Amino acid sequence: MGIQGIGASVARKEDRRFITGAGRYTDDMVVPGMMHAVFVRSPHAHATLGKIDSAEAEDMPGVIAVLTGEQLKADEIGNLICGWAISSKDGAPMNMGEWSPLAVGKVRYVGDAVAVVVAETRAQARDAAEAVMVDYDELPVVVDALEALKEGAPQVHDNAPGNLIFDWEIGEKAATEQALAGAAHVTKMQIRNNRLVPNAMEPRAALAKYDRAEDHFTLWTTSQNPHVARLVLSAFYNVAPENKLRVIAPDVGGGFGSKIYIYPEEIVCLWASKRTGVPVKWVAERTESFLTDAHGRDHLTEVEMGFDANNRIVGLKVDTIANLGAYMSLFSSAVPTYLYATLLSGQYVIPAIHANVRTVYTNTAPVDAYRGAGRPEATYLLERMMETAARELGVSPAELRRMNFIREYPYQTPVIMCYDAGDYEASLDAAMKAADWDGFPARRAEAEARGKLRGIGMSCYIEACGIAPSAAVGALGAGVGLWESAEVRVNAVGTVEVMTGSHSHGQGHETTFAQLVSDRLGLPLDQVNIVHGDTDKVQMGMGTYGSRSGAVGMSAIAKALDKVETKAKKIAAHLLEADEGDIVIEDGHCKVAGTDKQVPWFQVALAAYTAHNLPDGMEPGLKEGAFYDPSNFTFPAGCYICEVEVDPETGKTDVVQFVASDDFGNIINPLIVEGQVHGGLAQGIGQALLEDTAYDASGQLLTASYMDYAMPRAADLPSFNVGTTVTPCPSNPLGIKGCGEAGAIGSPPALINAVTDAIGVRDLTMPASPRRVWEALQAKA
Amino acid sequence: MAKLEMTVNGRKVSRVVDDRTLLAHFLREDMQLTGTHVGCDTSQCGACVVHVDGKAVKSCTMLAAQASGAQVTTIEGLSSGADLHPVQRAFNEHHGLQCGFCTTGMIMASVDIIARHGGDLDEATVRAELEGNICRCTGYHNIVKAVLAANAEMHGASQAAE
Ligand code: FES
Ligand code: FES
Repeated sequence: MGIQGIGASVARKEDRRFITGAGRYTDDMVVPGMMHAVFVRSPHAHATLGKIDSAEAEDMPGVIAVLTGEQLKADEIGNLICGWAISSKDGAPMNMGEWSPLAVGKVRYVGDAVAVVVAETRAQARDAAEAVMVDYDELPVVVDALEALKEGAPQVHDNAPGNLIFDWEIGEKAATEQALAGAAHVTKMQIRNNRLVPNAMEPRAALAKYDRAEDHFTLWTTSQNPHVARLVLSAFYNVAPENKLRVIAPDVGGGFGSKIYIYPEEIVCLWASKRTGVPVKWVAERTESFLTDAHGRDHLTEVEMGFDANNRIVGLKVDTIANLGAYMSLFSSAVPTYLYATLLSGQYVIPAIHANVRTVYTNTAPVDAYRGAGRPEATYLLERMMETAARELGVSPAELRRMNFIREYPYQTPVIMCYDAGDYEASLDAAMKAADWDGFPARRAEAEARGKLRGIGMSCYIEACGIAPSAAVGALGAGVGLWESAEVRVNAVGTVEVMTGSHSHGQGHETTFAQLVSDRLGLPLDQVNIVHGDTDKVQMGMGTYGSRSGAVGMSAIAKALDKVETKAKKIAAHLLEADEGDIVIEDGHCKVAGTDKQVPWFQVALAAYTAHNLPDGMEPGLKEGAFYDPSNFTFPAGCYICEVEVDPETGKTDVVQFVASDDFGNIINPLIVEGQVHGGLAQGIGQALLEDTAYDASGQLLTASYMDYAMPRAADLPSFNVGTTVTPCPSNPLGIKGCGEAGAIGSPPALINAVTDAIGVRDLTMPASPRRVWEALQAKA
Repeated sequence: MAKLEMTVNGRKVSRVVDDRTLLAHFLREDMQLTGTHVGCDTSQCGACVVHVDGKAVKSCTMLAAQASGAQVTTIEGLSSGADLHPVQRAFNEHHGLQCGFCTTGMIMASVDIIARHGGDLDEATVRAELEGNICRCTGYHNIVKAVLAANAEMHGASQAAE
């Protein structure tokens, strides 16, 4: 490795603009004549929509338009869709209800957009939105998924009887039931995975500009995948054909999944900009983010795991109800199915698995992928079960896991996934060592002397990243391919620009992607620029989610670099009168291996563009593109160990030690990878200890601000002890597995296992708030 | 309407704004100083922290009119030209930022924390002092590291001299 190449902890190139206040986020964009949109939103969770009287609002200062769903429909703007078709086990297609960008006929959750006001200033638009009079005829409300499935529950969509979207299954039911029937021990649990609000710190925003002369739209938006946004806006929402729509996702302040989807507001801003003839900007207030950003998780599961007399797992039976909220968001159907149930084998040999998943409409915000998406739910389930089973069986939780580990690869699970590589025991051993597992009893005793209850818990997670290959996901119902694209442009002076379809919203691609180029071509990092986030600059891309930008996005760059190198070597061989096969590229030169003959990189590039002396028949230029479609998912895995101290007087839990041992395959930049793990851990610990999303029975969101939704703050968290072990991923050229979600996936069960160990209870619902923990202690006493 | 006169990043400005204009919005929209961010509507995230007369203030909790007559420093004014403030440098070196959205407020708050504690900072104090700044990306680990490193750099020299 070079000092700036693969494996180097390089400080980020992109930081300078962020630390000086020069980052450019969507709300920082200003275009001449720009006006401001504020949405009128339903205050009711379920109601028939009556007359919308906007006369008073329209007369208010600065207001240029008040637009409603009827007008939107008249202009033939399409409904929002879910892009992953899942069928029920009886073959019936999923029951997707209509979702109009501005409500028509009915509203289905608090925050449903009803109308939009466009005015000269934000304050004027806000005042006028208050003055829009909307008649609502309230309907009965259902917020809980289990309630929604009950006979006689309020109906959210007419075409989803009983609020059931689909009833899906995976695995072998009969074999699993038989295995459980013959098991020496069966552990049973009911497990809830709490609903979370992603809370990227930059609220969602959109600025739409319509150019009448060109009949062309430009949209600046807070997106993790601007090309997918353009595709969906064109193909399904009928806003404009792709060649008439440019989507720019400039600096984006975090996403965690919530900025994958295309939301009503972008569609409405685009449409309103054409209708009003002025550029229209909308920026969410935090309360709107809480109400309308796609939420995450919200599963309720009955689970049984059987063991034979030697404590080997014989079967796993899972019955999950997933709350998808009032509408099916873009990838909502995939999260509790193919991103969840396919990971239910975990790190273990489980001969028989069956999972049934019912997805349900309720009068709550739509639910979709949030950091980890399905994999945290699977991991939480398995790792709570393993820990509980170990306690029931009277064996060490580490040893129960160890004896059930998968050890041979490739390993075909009973639930689609084929694991390509791993070494789970290495992660387990590294984590136990780093955590001083053996020293725990002494620490517990010491804590007890101080009046504190100390507990330890572990979790061994596996996840599937990259979200590919395209043909495989297509066969499972995905509406898009999941490859990535890249173009490497070598300029005439030898500097390099890389156009990538991946999008960085905190991940540091401008540095890590440049490290790859630097490594391959021997150029300093400052001679490499990474360009992303603009559909006019990058032809096509699938964006960033599912920890895919390293494994898939960088593999596309590597493939394009292969082509650039091949051509550069031909040119160099011609210039040096050598054999192409003898040329190596290093230290910014093309060299003839084993000789002192060389030509500087910039001269090879210059030769490509002057084209005065190229090999016969060669086209001028040095620019190559590639699409990379991976051959498998990647399977990061690891072991996390959490230690907590509970104050029995108050029920407050302190995380006193957190160890993460991850196998991400090969690592490009350890500094950035550690940062990803830290952030994921904070979100996972947040879920387990602090965060919860509460609706009251009438569908009002009780946790709609930072006063009520407990975001993890600096003092809630410890410093983390993170380390890695490496088994390179055999399924992509760089051997990368992905690191973006692991922390959020592996940490919640480790923490709850530690708290239940500390207080000596079996069941505890997330988050382990002081009140819940205190009540559990009282119930025990 | 309110008439304001203030010094922003060393430059005198005078403007007439709507009475209800918050300092955060005045800086972003009237002064085009978009490094000050707005991340919430309940004054809890700290993305909007600036210095008013040398003290860290959440600029969303203050009317622009209330800052009339004051010296305001935003992230854009923290350092000049090519030289970064030690706190800015430490955030870069220790990877104390990811998406960058909380970062400007974090840095402005951290500068104030370091100044107030005069070199006497430990991890627990930094964590407690950052109570009003939310970061969703970093898990705070590297932010805390960066603040302690900057503190050591800024106070190490003077301590050694004492
Ligand atoms: S915007 Fe000021 S504290 Fe959040
Ligand atoms: S770096 Fe993204 S919120 Fe802190």
